[in-house]
Amino acid sequence: MNKNIRQSLFFLFLLFLQVLVLNNINFLGHINPYLYIAFIFLYPLKEKRFTFLFLSFILGLCVDFFSDSGGIHAFSTIFIAYIRLFFVKVYFRKTTSDYSFFNLKSEAFGAVFNYVVTLTLIHHLIYFSFINFSLQNLSIVFLNTLYASVFTLILFFLGTYIFTKNK
Amino acid sequence: MQQILFFFQKFKYFLFFLFLEFIALSFTFNNLNFHKSKFVNSANSISGGIYTILANSSEYLELKTLNEQLSAENTRLKNLFAHNKLFSTEDSITIDTTKYYQKYTYTQAKIIKNSYSKPFNFLTIDGGRNQGIDKEMAVVNSKGIIGITDQTQNLYTRVQSILNKNSRINARLKNSNYFGTLNWNGKDYRTVQLSDLPRQAPLKIGDTIETDGKSTIFPEGILIGTISKVNTGNTIDNKVDIKLFNDMSNLRYIYVIKNLHKEEIQSLENTLNE
Repeated sequence: MNKNIRQSLFFLFLLFLQVLVLNNINFLGHINPYLYIAFIFLYPLKEKRFTFLFLSFILGLCVDFFSDSGGIHAFSTIFIAYIRLFFVKVYFRKTTSDYSFFNLKSEAFGAVFNYVVTLTLIHHLIYFSFINFSLQNLSIVFLNTLYASVFTLILFFLGTYIFTKNK
Repeated sequence: MQQILFFFQKFKYFLFFLFLEFIALSFTFNNLNFHKSKFVNSANSISGGIYTILANSSEYLELKTLNEQLSAENTRLKNLFAHNKLFSTEDSITIDTTKYYQKYTYTQAKIIKNSYSKPFNFLTIDGGRNQGIDKEMAVVNSKGIIGITDQTQNLYTRVQSILNKNSRINARLKNSNYFGTLNWNGKDYRTVQLSDLPRQAPLKIGDTIETDGKSTIFPEGILIGTISKVNTGNTIDNKVDIKLFNDMSNLRYIYVIKNLHKEEIQSLENTLNE
C-alpha cells in the first residue's frame, strides 16, 4: 500500500513539475526539458503491464491537457513505455524471473546511461516530429530533439544523484 | 475459436498498446482541426483553475509593465478623441438612439496560459460562455491582434494564436488598401508572413499592416505590424515578412470582440452560395 501511495505521489509531482515549471522555461526561446518521462524509467518492472501502460497513457494525456497538444505527449509516452522492456533485455540482460528484483539504482552506470539516453531520444524524436507535423523543417526537428534531450538528461541525472540516499 | 483466444492471449499487451496509441492519435488529429477538439484542451475547469492561480500569483510581478501599457493605451485613445473634437463643437452633438447602430462589443479578459515556441500555439483566457464569449471571436489587445477564440467552456476559452500554422487572417496595407492573407511559417515568434498580395501593390519596409474588414471576425483597422522584409525575386505568392507590434511572449490583458452582425452577414453569404 505504501508503495502505491509513493508511486501516485511521484506521478503527481512529475506532472505538476512538468506543466507548471518546466513547460515555462523556454531556454534560448524554445528549449524545454520533458522530465515527466522519468516515470517510465523508474516504474518497477512487472510481469503484468496493463497498469503501467495505462498509467503512462494517463500521464501523457494529463500533460497534453495542460499544454494543448492533442495527444502527442500521450502517444510518445506509451510508445517508450511499451518498448521499455526490449531495452531492459538488451542493456541489462534480464529475464522474466529477475523483474521483481530489478532496480535502476543498483545497476552499472554505463548500462543505465545507455538505457535512459535511448528512451529519451526516441520519446523526443516522436514528440517533435508530431509537434512539427509536416515534412518541412526536418532539421529543426532533429536539432530540437538533440537540445531538449540534453536538457532532460542533465536534469534526470542531477535529480537521481541528488535524491539518492548515501550509504 | 481456440486459435483466436490464443492469439489474444499472446498479443494482449501489444493490442492494448495499439488501442491506446490509436486514441492518442485521434486526439492529435482532432486538435489540429479548428474548433474540433471537444475533449483535450486546457479550457476545462481543472487546468483552467490551476492556470488562474498561477497567473494571479505571477501577475503581481508584472504590475509595472501592465501600468505602462495601460497608460500608453489611454494616451492613444485620448489623442483620437481630441482629434475628433476638433471638427465638432460640444453643444451641437446629438445622438439619435434610433439611428445609432452598434456593430461590435468588447469584453475584457486575462491570458492565463501563453505559448509561443511551438508551430501550433494556443492561449487560454479566463472568460467563457458566462461572459458571453463564443467561438470565432477576435482577440486583440491595445497594441494589435492576438488570435481567434477556438473552444469555449463556461469559465475558460482556448484561443488559437496568430502564431499557429493553421491561422489565416485577412489583412491589408494601411496606406493603399491592397489586401492579403496573414499566416505564420512557425519559425520566429516576432515575425509573421503576409501572402497573396497583388503584384502591383506598393511595398516598402516600415509600412503598417492592419486588419481588413472583410472577415466577420476582426473589425477594420486593428494594428498588426510593420513590413520588415520584401522578397524582390519572382515568387508566386509574393510573400512579405511582418514584424508584429505585440510581443507575443509577454501578454496579459486582452479584449474579446464580438461582431453583432455576424449571423446576418453569414446568412447572406450562405444564400449567395446556393
